[in-house]
Amino acid sequence: MPTDSNFKRLPANAAAEVVIWVEGKPLKARAGESVAAAVLAAGLGPTRTTPVSASPRAPYCMMGVCFECLMEIDGQENTQGCMTTVAEGMQVQFQRGIRNVPEVEDNA
Amino acid sequence: MRNYDLVVIGAGPAGMAAATTAASQGLNVALIDEQRQAGGQIYRNIGTPVLSDERVLGPDYYYGRELARKFSEANVDYLSNATVWEVSDSHLCLSIDGESRRIGFTRVLIATGAQERPVPFPGWTTPGVMTCGAAQIMLKTSGLAPNGPLVIAGSGPLLLLVACQLSRAGIEIAALLDTTPKHNYRAALKHLPGALRGWRYLLKGTRLIAELRRKGVKPLNGVSQLNAVTDEDGNLTGVCFRHNGTEQTVACSSLLVHQGVVPNVQLTRSLGAEHSWDELQQCWRPTLDTFGETSVPNVYVAGDNAGIGGALVAELQGQLTATRIAMQAGQLNAEAFAHMSRALQTQIEQQLAIRPFLDQLYTPAPEFLRPADETVVCRCEEVTAGEIRNLAKTGCAGPNQAKAFCRAGMGPCQGRLCGLTVSQLMAEASDRPVPEVGYYNVRSPIKPVTLAEVAGVHPASESLQADS
Amino acid sequence: MSAAAKPGSVKAEVTVIGGGLVGLAVARGLQDQGLNVAVVDEGDIALRASRGNFGLVWVQGKGDTCPEYARLSRLSATLWQDFANGLAEHTGIDVQLSQIGGLYICLTEQELEQRRIMLEAMRDAQQGDYPFEVLDHDALKAKVPEIGPTVAGATHSPMDGHVNPLLLMRAMVQRFTDRNGQLITTGPVTKIESNPGRFVVHSGDQVIESSRVVLAAGLGNRELAPQVGLSAPVSPNRGQVLIAERVKHFLDYPTGHVRQTGEGTIQCGDSKEDVGLDTGTTTDVMATIAHRAITMFPLLAKVRLIRSWGALRVMTPDGYPIYQQSEQYPGAFLVTCHSGVTLAAAHAGPIAEWIASGVADPSLSLETFHADRF
Repeated sequence: MPTDSNFKRLPANAAAEVVIWVEGKPLKARAGESVAAAVLAAGLGPTRTTPVSASPRAPYCMMGVCFECLMEIDGQENTQGCMTTVAEGMQVQFQRGIRNVPEVEDNA
Repeated sequence: MRNYDLVVIGAGPAGMAAATTAASQGLNVALIDEQRQAGGQIYRNIGTPVLSDERVLGPDYYYGRELARKFSEANVDYLSNATVWEVSDSHLCLSIDGESRRIGFTRVLIATGAQERPVPFPGWTTPGVMTCGAAQIMLKTSGLAPNGPLVIAGSGPLLLLVACQLSRAGIEIAALLDTTPKHNYRAALKHLPGALRGWRYLLKGTRLIAELRRKGVKPLNGVSQLNAVTDEDGNLTGVCFRHNGTEQTVACSSLLVHQGVVPNVQLTRSLGAEHSWDELQQCWRPTLDTFGETSVPNVYVAGDNAGIGGALVAELQGQLTATRIAMQAGQLNAEAFAHMSRALQTQIEQQLAIRPFLDQLYTPAPEFLRPADETVVCRCEEVTAGEIRNLAKTGCAGPNQAKAFCRAGMGPCQGRLCGLTVSQLMAEASDRPVPEVGYYNVRSPIKPVTLAEVAGVHPASESLQADS
Repeated sequence: MSAAAKPGSVKAEVTVIGGGLVGLAVARGLQDQGLNVAVVDEGDIALRASRGNFGLVWVQGKGDTCPEYARLSRLSATLWQDFANGLAEHTGIDVQLSQIGGLYICLTEQELEQRRIMLEAMRDAQQGDYPFEVLDHDALKAKVPEIGPTVAGATHSPMDGHVNPLLLMRAMVQRFTDRNGQLITTGPVTKIESNPGRFVVHSGDQVIESSRVVLAAGLGNRELAPQVGLSAPVSPNRGQVLIAERVKHFLDYPTGHVRQTGEGTIQCGDSKEDVGLDTGTTTDVMATIAHRAITMFPLLAKVRLIRSWGALRVMTPDGYPIYQQSEQYPGAFLVTCHSGVTLAAAHAGPIAEWIASGVADPSLSLETFHADRF
């Protein structure tokens, strides 16, 4: 996983800081930003591999159109990272290929 | 089920203006938007701007503050973080925080704006390749800019604007590759006299180019055969292209691409509204009457999803359509409506004067409309242009049959990033005009939604929820 | 591959009207008999049951009031593996046929009991040769651990299976055109000129002349049949279908309401509505289908729906097919049914042989399927 980011943060107005967990590692994010932006800022990714050929992908449109930023967010796979706002303690995993069969909590 | 006189979908300039206007005329209005803050993509995050230096994004962005402020003071039920996944002519279903519900309405105004035109070229799925719009959204929402060797490639006003904004922020641009075909300049000239009525836009454009030159960014004009270059691990290392008859490569770790924006027609198509092919803008647009009503009664459209006109036109169209709706709802008499609508229409015409010139100038090069065979066109299902052409040549009747045969358009983006290209490729391969070839059938759900949420909008489940 | 025909005049030995699964299956069989075949089809937007179906090769419960239909369905299911192999051999397309048996899941004990009674009666009508078993909840859970806790049980029959219907369509089109079949997509047939031994079919600016004609136009047969001296009292019955995202494989068995495709997507359906020619979807029916799917498989609750559609079944008054040659214009045949996937192998086999030779295998009891019964 590359750690030097292709993105940098410009001088910004003050905002709260939020810690999210990406692939098990803590990551400082700006309150209000999307998971996709936070992950790109940290130089992480590719954020998914495709179910068809396992080819690597990363966020592309950042506006909810392309579905390239699908990740597992708080246990829900195939969630759009660019449409999800970071929240304290949020657990993010990259989406690796086809999604798993969801677990059923109260299955008798 | 909650009912409204008017539901507006989308909180960009058109939606905010429409909701504000309709509420001021006494209508019971809801505005539904997918983002956490009103503003749309153009005024994204305008409620809490991120960048400390306002010169980076410039005054056109901060203009949205006033619009958002007026909207926040209007008597409108504003539902943010809400994804609409189904619309009929009398109700819609939306999802907020994993729960779905229905909302009823007498009239609905769809103001879902534009999306960037898909820019298929070999290697466009490589991580590190993003759109100019995406870069701008990251500036607005995170104060985030590409760092390290950056190449910007494509065509259109937003390309120049983003290049300028990034360079104002001190970002170095290794190369600005302009793919605008050379003959576009000549073709656009015939629209110049009309465009002079929109001289402010022309001036803005020339100022952007001058600003870039001052900063040492000289666009390379007439670039073609764009190709993303990767190392053996699949990492983006550069971009290869042709310029003045020679092949060149520029190293980069970020490649921003752009070929203009196109109306977002998913909702209007799902409603079965009539659409027509806009040859100049190379996109579909809903067929509308003078005031924005679609072929489906009580369904209206305003803003860029009516046809690309830009933010100021969107705002005016939002006001105009809302005024029309207020009159139809009996809140405004015919005389007052005629007076108000005439003034708005005059301003809209003035603002649109520049469009034929811009549309002609920035018509994408054919290689981006109908890419080479090896290019992936459906990013979700990984279908190539060659496969689509092959299907068309062997008698496949159109995009829906092609979708069934090769799964193009069946993935999570639901055809948003391949629909235009598939229609173009089939038209080319079967030697028919695009409007004859047609487009994907768009149906509910407009965005993916869990089965639990779909099950939850059953009348029985809804009344259970209400009882509990 | 031959390209789609250009406007003009075409001659063929047989013209098949309708390029769906029924028409293409018959066309394939006729090509196998050495005949030169033209298929006339509509364009991209048409009422296409072949693009909207569930992909079931299904036998259990079919023909409960018509033993001949039960036999035909079963015959076709037994011919299906060869049919699929033939397609794979000629086109390289694996249509993902799986015939490991199918489950009809019953949510309530009452539903399960009714189903048991119906299948037992069918077994009696077939002199005991009709394999199925009734599974209670525990027996079903042993087969399908993901089944929901409130499901009563299921009936299981080893006769059932499923395919990928879209790959099937693609393979059939490809095989037809590879064998120099003429696929003419000029739109609906506007007129058939019928003469003894000579038929002229008009479609758009295209004219197709042949000595035999097969009506396989689904709902379109209603208007076309009288032009060749036949009757096709078919009417539409809408089914809405939901498709959810790809999920790792968990469900081997096709069921009447939910199945997992080879790609991993989940198909949910089996609504029935009498709504004319409307192929739309409705919130209430989609919600009902989703609710039932989750009741059967609770893990589906968190799976995302990606697509949906409405498709029109082609139904006769009793739901059974019509197979009939015109007495007035010999050489004109009517083939219409609701189970284009299940019966595809029969259509390509014995039904095509009947059309090619004009003589039906008596064991098919085709006279049962004449429209005179209505």
